[in-house]
Amino acid sequence: MSSNVPAELRYTKSHEWVRRNPDGSVTVGITDHAQHALGDIVFAEAPDAGRAVAAGEACAVVESVKAASDVYSPLAGEVAGANAALGETPELINTDPYGAGWLFTLKAVDAAAVDALLDAAAYDAFLEETAE
Amino acid sequence: MPLETPLHARHRELGARLVDFGGWDMPLHYGSQIEEHHAVRRDAGMFDVSHMRAVDIAGERATEFLRQLLANDVARLSTPGKALYSCLLNDAGGVLDDLIVYHHDARNFRLVVNAGTADKDLAWIAARAAPFGVAVTARGDLAMVAVQGPNARQKTAALLPAADRDAALALPVFAGSALGTLDGRAFIARTGYTGEDGFEIMLPAEHVLDLWNRLLAAGIRPCGLGARDTLRLEAGMNLYGNDMSEASTPLESGLAWTVAFEPPREFIGRSALAAQRAAGVPRKLVGLLLEDKGVLRAHQPVLTAAGAGEITSGTYSPTLERSIALARVPAGAADPVEVDIRGKRLRARIVRPPFVRNGKALISL
Repeated sequence: MSSNVPAELRYTKSHEWVRRNPDGSVTVGITDHAQHALGDIVFAEAPDAGRAVAAGEACAVVESVKAASDVYSPLAGEVAGANAALGETPELINTDPYGAGWLFTLKAVDAAAVDALLDAAAYDAFLEETAE
Repeated sequence: MPLETPLHARHRELGARLVDFGGWDMPLHYGSQIEEHHAVRRDAGMFDVSHMRAVDIAGERATEFLRQLLANDVARLSTPGKALYSCLLNDAGGVLDDLIVYHHDARNFRLVVNAGTADKDLAWIAARAAPFGVAVTARGDLAMVAVQGPNARQKTAALLPAADRDAALALPVFAGSALGTLDGRAFIARTGYTGEDGFEIMLPAEHVLDLWNRLLAAGIRPCGLGARDTLRLEAGMNLYGNDMSEASTPLESGLAWTVAFEPPREFIGRSALAAQRAAGVPRKLVGLLLEDKGVLRAHQPVLTAAGAGEITSGTYSPTLERSIALARVPAGAADPVEVDIRGKRLRARIVRPPFVRNGKALISL
């Protein structure tokens, strides 16, 4: 099954994506592959603004009808904001995982750490490798 | 190697995501669990339930045997074809399994038991059948399809030969009969596990693919175990292994109505249940509606003034668009209750299941 992997984003092996914003902050969400694997998403809980998170720290939860899944922060930083629209319409993660379904933003991130994440080609290759 | 039903290859062709369930490789969903759920509440959906085991009980003393084996009383099945829901108990009153028993006549019954417990059940039943001289036959040769939803009966019946069609549509709720087609080897019953009207059809395994394809062509949507779980939970129906087990009695599982103490008869587990009833049943199974945002899940702690309990099944209810659960709590538990979800205490309210029946919400939100 082929997933949508936008070229301009960075990725993690735990299926989060990262978008660099002009102000130096980053936006984080889960990938198309992840939303597809989870199925219909019915609840999302993002971290509170101001919380300091470490790279790899479980800091958000996405719940599909069948199970709750942790979302790991791809980077160390401080939570700048969360997607309030997910409170009423968590299904945005299914319908627009790279757009309106974003989860949270981080500031005070290390630009080099962003560069060190998987690029689209590497994430695509990782998906191929781990496919059934 | 996981077990596969005769429809396994067809599920793959239809794009099913497969998961292990009770040792069987079964469809979880075919794309969207929520859409499958709504198909059953609003139109018609079908489930491959061939992993469940039909067990035939035959002999002169079959009625007498089942009256001792089961906590519910097959003597209540006065008319041929009627079905009964019952627990199979151990001597301590713990639930070994829950099952449906179909009555053919006084000497012939069919049990349908859960997949994960089938081998355990068969050993238990066979060991107790010998003194009664009844034959216990596991029907691994049969496949089973459940067709459920407000339009399920009409859409299914339209595919049957005329004589069978009328007989099928005439079936009362919770009754079944043999079909004339396939030399009488197929059986149809107006039963299910979704809270909707519909049929369950048992037939020789080699014919089930043809039936499935004809149901599909009639516009009946294939549905996986994911939707089956949200449907049964909305309907307030217990899932064996989640909501009850050998560690709980029917009286602690919302199933007192299935235990027939009267008319007096000795059944396995009776004395233990009678003692528990006399001493006071310590726990009860209740429905919960989450007032805050989030999703209730099995094993989350439930906090009440009468003590702590635990969620046994929880989910997001696609019909109510709220989270619902079954929970085992102290007998004296009452509102307000809180549920501990990842360290946060969220507010929930005790409600009386079913949450949803025949497409309608039965609780106030």
